[in-house]
Amino acid sequence: MKKTAMTGTEAVANAMRQIDPDVVPAYPITPQTEIMHGYAKFLSDGKVTGELIRVESEHSAMSASVGASCAGARVMTATAANGLALMWEIVYIAASMRLPIVMSVVNRALSGPINIHCDHSDSMGCRDSGWIQMYAENNQEAYENAILGMRLAEKARLPVMSCLDGFITSHAVEPVTLFEDQSVKDFIGEHIPDHPLLDTDNPTTHGPLDLFDYYFEHKRKQSQGMFDAKSLFKEVAAEYNQRFGRDIKELEEYSMDDAETVIVALSSTCGTAKVVVDSLREQGKKVGLLKLRLFRPFPMNEIKEALKSRKVIAVLDRVESFGAFGGPLFSEIRSALYESGSPKIVNYIYGLGGREIDTKMIERVYEEIESYKNKEIEEYIKYLGVRE
Amino acid sequence: MSADSKKPGWKDLPDGGKILKPGNSKEYKTGDWRTFRPVWDKSKCNHCMICWMICPDSCILTEDGKRKETDLNYCKGCGICAEICPMKCIEMKKESESE
Repeated sequence: MKKTAMTGTEAVANAMRQIDPDVVPAYPITPQTEIMHGYAKFLSDGKVTGELIRVESEHSAMSASVGASCAGARVMTATAANGLALMWEIVYIAASMRLPIVMSVVNRALSGPINIHCDHSDSMGCRDSGWIQMYAENNQEAYENAILGMRLAEKARLPVMSCLDGFITSHAVEPVTLFEDQSVKDFIGEHIPDHPLLDTDNPTTHGPLDLFDYYFEHKRKQSQGMFDAKSLFKEVAAEYNQRFGRDIKELEEYSMDDAETVIVALSSTCGTAKVVVDSLREQGKKVGLLKLRLFRPFPMNEIKEALKSRKVIAVLDRVESFGAFGGPLFSEIRSALYESGSPKIVNYIYGLGGREIDTKMIERVYEEIESYKNKEIEEYIKYLGVRE
Repeated sequence: MSADSKKPGWKDLPDGGKILKPGNSKEYKTGDWRTFRPVWDKSKCNHCMICWMICPDSCILTEDGKRKETDLNYCKGCGICAEICPMKCIEMKKESESE
């Protein structure tokens, strides 16, 4: 298959072209807008058959997505930062109604102060909203996660957030291999909605009032849906890998075989960290990188297995979790390792509002945590790249 | 409210809180929300049916064009019937004081 140079947003738009959803409600916000520009162009050129609904806000974009999905449509949308924040109420509703909507989130810092650049405060803010969350390292993964995500969403009857780093991934031009259109269509298959509203021969009620006598049971069922999504991810990934010749797992273990000093991170930072790992390995250092491609449902057992015998771990969070003991990735990974006992683990908050993270900074992290092999960690939560 | 063992457990519920059977709102007896009850004085009523027209919950029962008792299974006690009645034959009484 041939590689084509394109931006991350173009890559996602191409996934949308191949998936060809029935309904796409959208509202523009930087840096997401170009995904919808791309999709709208495909629509104008007659390359897709869906309906693009231009709504008046993100709250309406998610509301229209919920309505269309209840009706029985295959639905995709995209947003970023404050747009996602405005959707908030309906984001929870989409998950609780078990609607398989796929939304690309182009990660951007939440205001304030106002900032348009990358961090994960938007999607991490709704990590407990009941959406499956996948994070892409590069344009290729942004494209592929949308495709895999669509199949997973419809199998798990849960919405999927397919996250890519704002500007770093969304606007960078990289070579991307697009699969054959037909192959993607075959993989996605036909959408078979669960009791759609447009099935007027079998009328059903969606989203009714649910008080103290049933709400808890419905939440328990929703929770089970998320637990079940763990094994469904494996099933869908197996089908995907076979069809497209990939090796996608919940986690990517990079140079981890005998690694003693490990960085755990999400998204584009992993690409930078891989360069550092390669150069430190050349110097004979036992360093590795663990990338989470799937964050929700949290791949607890896989993470435990990958990290339990390491000496020192640095978890990189591109988000501040105010008042918590560390960022969300750190606190969950630390909790996953509670019974393993041995690895020392430290948190670095970095890259807020698009602050650059380069190879030198990551090198410094490896150096610093290497020293914890022989000494106590004096500070568990560190800030990487902030001016003192 | 505590867990009610007569109701289905979470495993037996449809996904997403859907209700798969139509016409089920009748099963939800909203009358127990009521604080005030409309007490109808049959002797003063001229069966003008304004209460029947105005009741937001269709709780004024009728037979052969005549007003019958109020359906207390669904009447929420809003008092609109008592307010509108030209004969002043409906009085709102506290639930605790009626019957």
